[in-house]
Amino acid sequence: MASSVTARASGGKPPQALLLLRRCDAAFHSALQQRFHVLDFFASGEPLPAFLAAAPEPPRAAVVMGGGVVRVDTAFLDAVPSLRCVVGTGAGVDHIDLDECARRGVAVANSGRVFSADAADHAVGALIAVLRRLSAAERFVRRGLWPLQGDYNLGSKLGGKRVGIIGLGNIGSLIAKRLEAFGCVINYNSRRPKESVSYNYFPNVHDLASESDVLVVACALNKETRHIVNKDVLAALGKDGIVVNIGRGANIDEAELVKALKEGTIAGAALDVFENEPKVPAELLSMDNVILSPHIAVFTSESRSDLRDHTIANLEAFFSGKPLLTPVFPNKVSHIAGKSNQ
Amino acid sequence: MPSPAAAAAAAAQGYGKPMALPAVIFIRRDASFAAALRQRFRILDLYATGQSLGAFLAAAAAASDPPRAAVVAAGGPVRVDAAFLDAVPSLRCVVSTAAGVDHIDLHECARRGVVVANSGRVYSTDVADYAVGMLIDVLRRVSAAERFVRRGLWPVQGDYPLGSKVHFFTSLGGKRVGIIGLGNIGSLIAKRLQAFGCVIYYNSTRPKDSVPYKYFPNVIGLASESDVLVVACALNKETRHIVNKDVLEALGKDGVIINVGRGANVDEAEMVRALQEGRIAGAGLDVFENEPAVPAELLSMDNVVLSPHVAVQTSESRSDLRDHTIANLEAFFSGKPLLSPVLPQYSKVNGTDR
Repeated sequence: MASSVTARASGGKPPQALLLLRRCDAAFHSALQQRFHVLDFFASGEPLPAFLAAAPEPPRAAVVMGGGVVRVDTAFLDAVPSLRCVVGTGAGVDHIDLDECARRGVAVANSGRVFSADAADHAVGALIAVLRRLSAAERFVRRGLWPLQGDYNLGSKLGGKRVGIIGLGNIGSLIAKRLEAFGCVINYNSRRPKESVSYNYFPNVHDLASESDVLVVACALNKETRHIVNKDVLAALGKDGIVVNIGRGANIDEAELVKALKEGTIAGAALDVFENEPKVPAELLSMDNVILSPHIAVFTSESRSDLRDHTIANLEAFFSGKPLLTPVFPNKVSHIAGKSNQ
Repeated sequence: MPSPAAAAAAAAQGYGKPMALPAVIFIRRDASFAAALRQRFRILDLYATGQSLGAFLAAAAAASDPPRAAVVAAGGPVRVDAAFLDAVPSLRCVVSTAAGVDHIDLHECARRGVVVANSGRVYSTDVADYAVGMLIDVLRRVSAAERFVRRGLWPVQGDYPLGSKVHFFTSLGGKRVGIIGLGNIGSLIAKRLQAFGCVIYYNSTRPKDSVPYKYFPNVIGLASESDVLVVACALNKETRHIVNKDVLEALGKDGVIINVGRGANVDEAEMVRALQEGRIAGAGLDVFENEPAVPAELLSMDNVVLSPHVAVQTSESRSDLRDHTIANLEAFFSGKPLLSPVLPQYSKVNGTDR
């Protein structure tokens, strides 16, 4: 497919081919087309194998969104042997087989800190909304119940709550800083304690949950963190406990979470992610003690434009032989920029 | 043997209790609060008697140990005005159960040497937390997204719509927040929003030396330099409709207003028009001019967040309020200064600093 905008790469060289495996808004599209020869999967309408086989020139880089149809796995990498760089446009890279990429010398970049503040802000807003019953109060007013039923139910104070953060990376740290301003006490779990922070470290999530009133999932999804919040952890959190998830749905055993909410094993939850998006367990849709959002914790117009700039910066670094701005390595190696893996 | 109804009425009037407990008028629909106070005071509970205010006050004044103190809820139908004070000349102390004292005629109280207390800082944190929660909700569309999910639209429509009807989805970081009223609540809001990277501006009756935020001597100036306007001031003559048509114009089409003060701090009709016409971008409102009536036009808007005057409602602050009210009453009855006096303090007539 031809782009309507002639791409002009810097230095007068012909634009490099770029595999685009993500739906983009017009601004993002235009920005990419100005710099690269964009091979747009979603615009082609072809199935992925046919699209990859038919690529007019072998692309050395690909832009891939998480949670979509494309997984960067062995089959994918076999189908595009020219690929030397994969740029993920999400905070998470669980759709990319990091080990396989490392084995083949394919560099991987993520969105770095682009989304961190917005994700942290959303987590805090959702927590306030659960504790203070904000959306429930909204529904009460919109249904016209205020004149009929008088006052609404009491919420619960934020100050003094012990908040246990699973994953004290960029996002977790920003959540901690915000909640401290509300007078919360910060606990955390992470693969190893962070020397520069004064929060209380817990070596495992069960103990973190027993000593916390709120559990916040802000870690990446990988083998170690799948269902890191399980039945045991929910029981340890207890009947006044709140779970906030802005990680990945699979960080939590969703079936056990729904059961815990139904049975009052925990008090409430704020969930931006689910195990089978866009499916949300039906039982949650009628609960007043949960806040549900459709994976929007990072959505702001500012972060969309920041993401565009950041993705292009990573691509331009790669194509000019410079190091990626926000490289991601497999879990075995210590993680550098971007979101901590736990 | 009196009938149960007569005994209840007598208990409500405080008869049959040891005369040693001081009599206190209690005007608030809150039986458990009254019960908590009864352990220390002889409570004359208006709503338990079912009497009219006039009859109730007359009966209280006529008793052999007439009440020297009254606990009166804000936001209800009862005003502590000249007629009220005339009806119970023994009254020397009025305690509001809210931070607000706009239901109390402070001028009349001052004239008669009646001291007035409010809820002090009991609610300040909860109101500040709620204001921040509403702000995040408006900017990041938490409740609107909730509606999207609960209506089952996510699988049908795909990702949450970011264009068309949705005005914005915007970051908190870097937003200029103009706070009207930098008292207890306003200061706590400022401290919280700083942690999100907001820039804090304020308007107040006079600048505060000890704060690092930029001061604006009038609200139009504040609004023109702010992305968000937060109303956190008391309601009095100067602050009625302090957010008016001109202020809304100055705030502008990307501006958001958050009100955790009193409904009458904002010209509600103008605000509704401004929202309808897109002259401001959104609003978070916990208070309204004619509660519990909410302008119908707001009920279908996705860019507003509405709540039924609950910014103070946590179980923790409810018990804190009781403790605080008891402490103020005990201070008064033992001749000590009130914990959270509004009067006497003539330099701060409205009680909560603006």
